[in-house]
Amino acid sequence: MRYHQALHEVPLIFEGCDRPKDEEPFDPTLGGYLPMDMVREDLGIPDLTERDVVKHFVNLSQMNFGVDNGMYPLGSCTMKYNPKICDEIVTWKTVADMHPLQDPSTIQGSLRLMYELERLLCEIAGMDAVSLQPAAGAQGEFTGVHIVRAFHEANGEVRKEVIVPDSAHGTNPASAAMVGYDVLELPSREGLVDTEALKAAVSKDTAAFMLTNPNTLGLFEKNVKEVAGIIHDSGSLLYYDGANLNAIMGKTSPGKMDFDIVHFNLHKTFATPHGGGGPGAGPVGVKGKLEEFLPVPRILEQNGQFSLDYDRPKSIGKVRAFFGNYAVLVRAYAFIRMNGGNGLTSISENAVLNSNYLKERLKDDFELPYGDLRKHEFVLSGRPLKAKGLRTIDFAKRLLDHGFHAPTIYFPLVVDEAIMIEPTESETKETLDRFADSCKAILKEDPELLRTAPHNTARRRLNEAKAARDMIFSWRDYLEKKEAPARQETGVTRA
Amino acid sequence: MALSSCSLEMLNYLRLKSVEELFKDIPPKVRISGLNIPEGLSEIELRRELDAVMSKNVPASSMPCFLGGGIYNHHIPAAVRTITSRSEFITAYTPYQPEISQGMLQALFEYQSFMTELTGMDVVNSSMYDGSNALAEAILMSHRISAGKRFLISRAVSPEKKDVARVYARGADIELAEVMYHPETGLVDLNDLSAKVAGDVSGFYFETPNFFGPIETQIGEIRRILKDKVMVVGVNPMALALLKPPGELGADIVVGDAQVFGCPMNLGGPTIGLFCCKEEHVRKMPGRLIGMTTDAEGQQSFCMTLQTREQNIRRSKATSNICTNEALLAVSVAAYLALVGRNGLREIAATNVENMRSLSRRISTVKGFVSPKFRGPHFNEFVVSSELSSKEIHEGLLGRGIHGGLELDPQFPELENCALYATTEMHSESDHDRLLAALEEMA
Repeated sequence: MRYHQALHEVPLIFEGCDRPKDEEPFDPTLGGYLPMDMVREDLGIPDLTERDVVKHFVNLSQMNFGVDNGMYPLGSCTMKYNPKICDEIVTWKTVADMHPLQDPSTIQGSLRLMYELERLLCEIAGMDAVSLQPAAGAQGEFTGVHIVRAFHEANGEVRKEVIVPDSAHGTNPASAAMVGYDVLELPSREGLVDTEALKAAVSKDTAAFMLTNPNTLGLFEKNVKEVAGIIHDSGSLLYYDGANLNAIMGKTSPGKMDFDIVHFNLHKTFATPHGGGGPGAGPVGVKGKLEEFLPVPRILEQNGQFSLDYDRPKSIGKVRAFFGNYAVLVRAYAFIRMNGGNGLTSISENAVLNSNYLKERLKDDFELPYGDLRKHEFVLSGRPLKAKGLRTIDFAKRLLDHGFHAPTIYFPLVVDEAIMIEPTESETKETLDRFADSCKAILKEDPELLRTAPHNTARRRLNEAKAARDMIFSWRDYLEKKEAPARQETGVTRA
Repeated sequence: MALSSCSLEMLNYLRLKSVEELFKDIPPKVRISGLNIPEGLSEIELRRELDAVMSKNVPASSMPCFLGGGIYNHHIPAAVRTITSRSEFITAYTPYQPEISQGMLQALFEYQSFMTELTGMDVVNSSMYDGSNALAEAILMSHRISAGKRFLISRAVSPEKKDVARVYARGADIELAEVMYHPETGLVDLNDLSAKVAGDVSGFYFETPNFFGPIETQIGEIRRILKDKVMVVGVNPMALALLKPPGELGADIVVGDAQVFGCPMNLGGPTIGLFCCKEEHVRKMPGRLIGMTTDAEGQQSFCMTLQTREQNIRRSKATSNICTNEALLAVSVAAYLALVGRNGLREIAATNVENMRSLSRRISTVKGFVSPKFRGPHFNEFVVSSELSSKEIHEGLLGRGIHGGLELDPQFPELENCALYATTEMHSESDHDRLLAALEEMA
């Protein structure tokens, strides 16, 4: 298998563009309308031709690896294939060319779609009500934990702690802290929640326990009912991190497992493209007793007419302006409708089958802690690499040379030299076999080839420490840095 | 359901008889039997059905629409879509492996560079969710810079943003207090600000142009009143094509929404939160930062940096919980600015001001209307007051196929019979004519 990423010489867009001289000087006061002391002297952005701008960005894009380029088994991120029809729909004028403050009578189609998406997500998660407002999974968590706080405050209680397992996504403790909670980290036992430790941790101060199931090791928390019992007996709430929902659709649901609150990652489970880092969408679902705390506005339906309800005195308020990442919601709706209930169930079946197949093909070449059966992802330990003086990162970089994006590495923290692999349902057996064959081949390669990897990408291994040291965040920083030695020599300093 | 032959091969390899065995670790008492969602649709069926649903919408292009209030209808050059349709950008995720993700990283670095030029700030992160989220995070960051438990916020800020700010402030136990605007200019009431800047205040947020449209002319005075408190300035980045960058006027943090640069309105989302600060505060900053470095061969390269601020490393001690952001929109913004360039951007900004002045002047000639309500320079938005109720005008215009400005009195009782009108380069003379004719009819 041969792979080589495109390599173009693409200077920064600012480079070589000397500021053009104005033929007629531009008057930024617009004839004296703007006061002279408030206008800018110059605007340091280049003037280029459309032809050159398109060339610049197209060549940059070719030095970027997406799901459309190849397998992207980034654990916990669910990098599945994104159906193109969903991208087409959002270019329609009736979708893109809509202002959020329009009169509700002129956005009935959008309101209906969002209303229906809320119902579909309720069915998938076993919840009673959903808000589509949060812009990403982490904002969904933030919203959910605010609902936790509002719930306890409505009961006249001030609870101070949120518990998370040590295998939790970093966003969980960060979100809980942003809502004002102290975070307790629960040590896992055999990769699962230690119910004895949980009992010891829970107190009158416990506001909620945040859990993802299956967890980040890809293990299903079999004792989830017992966990729910412990949490609910203490008067606190059980929060479901929906990052791993792709494993269980149609098989179980957070609601059935007695979770009270759940957030969805539409960009993971429902195939909306990740956009190189975003946008995503992180709707929040709740059981009936918590509906009154959801963000405003709520979408109401009466005789086929949709309206917005802001009159929710117990609502936590708003976490994002307007309706959330609407264009992402439209794509997710389209994906759910195209698959239907059976299709979604089969997505989870295939995601879990692919994951277990790949795990089985690789487990003897690495280490697989904590039992055998996995859900949609699995975590290997790269510890055996150490014998050759290598680390997981060397293996991950070498995978790039074979034309695969690397798995998530060094997470979860509970596994030494972690390699977290999530193949998703999108990949065929042939691709999974090619991936497994490449992994095995890499282990037999000259260790030096791994240590110096990658070789076939647009750049060789980066000096990330230098980036943190130099702190060059912009073209202007770069110019100043470049001029700095000359300035030092001549004694020029900044006023 | 039927399994493909490949699935059967994989099951055989796993020595399993059915897929069901892969789910035997889920206890029966939490199992469900499928989902009650209708059978899947083909592309043809989906397109047909969605088209029918969406036909109930009236897009802004089908009627003259004078709404702004945080989201603006600007022209998007066709090439922006060509660039942001590249699936190598769209279908990638956060560039955790920089060697294979240089395209996205360089584009994000260029976004950061464009924004430092416009704002005059030292550091710009590679995006927050939207303008409201950027403001909320700025309040939290102010609190990290300057420990006060109270934060001041101008009253002339969109209610949407204030609602979001309130939720984030509540989590951090920060109390928000409003600073009044001057009833004639709409600008920050400096007396009220002076009276409210006390020892326990961490900082102050105001906008230029503000929610009502006026451009803030007293930034120097505000800086002096605030002394060492954190000054957070909200901007419409398009107006910065003309205005002096807030970085030159002493801003500590600058926030806004960069949707105005090449991003569709999309019913309000996704948009892109602009977040900038002084370099001395960079370690207190939320969000991802792209930095320049070199690779093993000494080639100029880009990667995410200063990640020890972030949730994936610092967990509950992180500066923010943000992970997924709005990276693809940052590419749109960079592409837009590269395409329109320096001259194009200044021209577009100037057209916005000219259209606003022309429309406002014309509305002021209609009997019973005052426009703009606040004196002083504006960018592309302004408040109109009239003798008729704003609701009556709104409904009258809607009945005539025009979407008027945003009614202000429900949220700002002091602005009785007032509405907020926006106009951009997208409006033609005839759009203005239609609005004027309709207002004349109603007057």
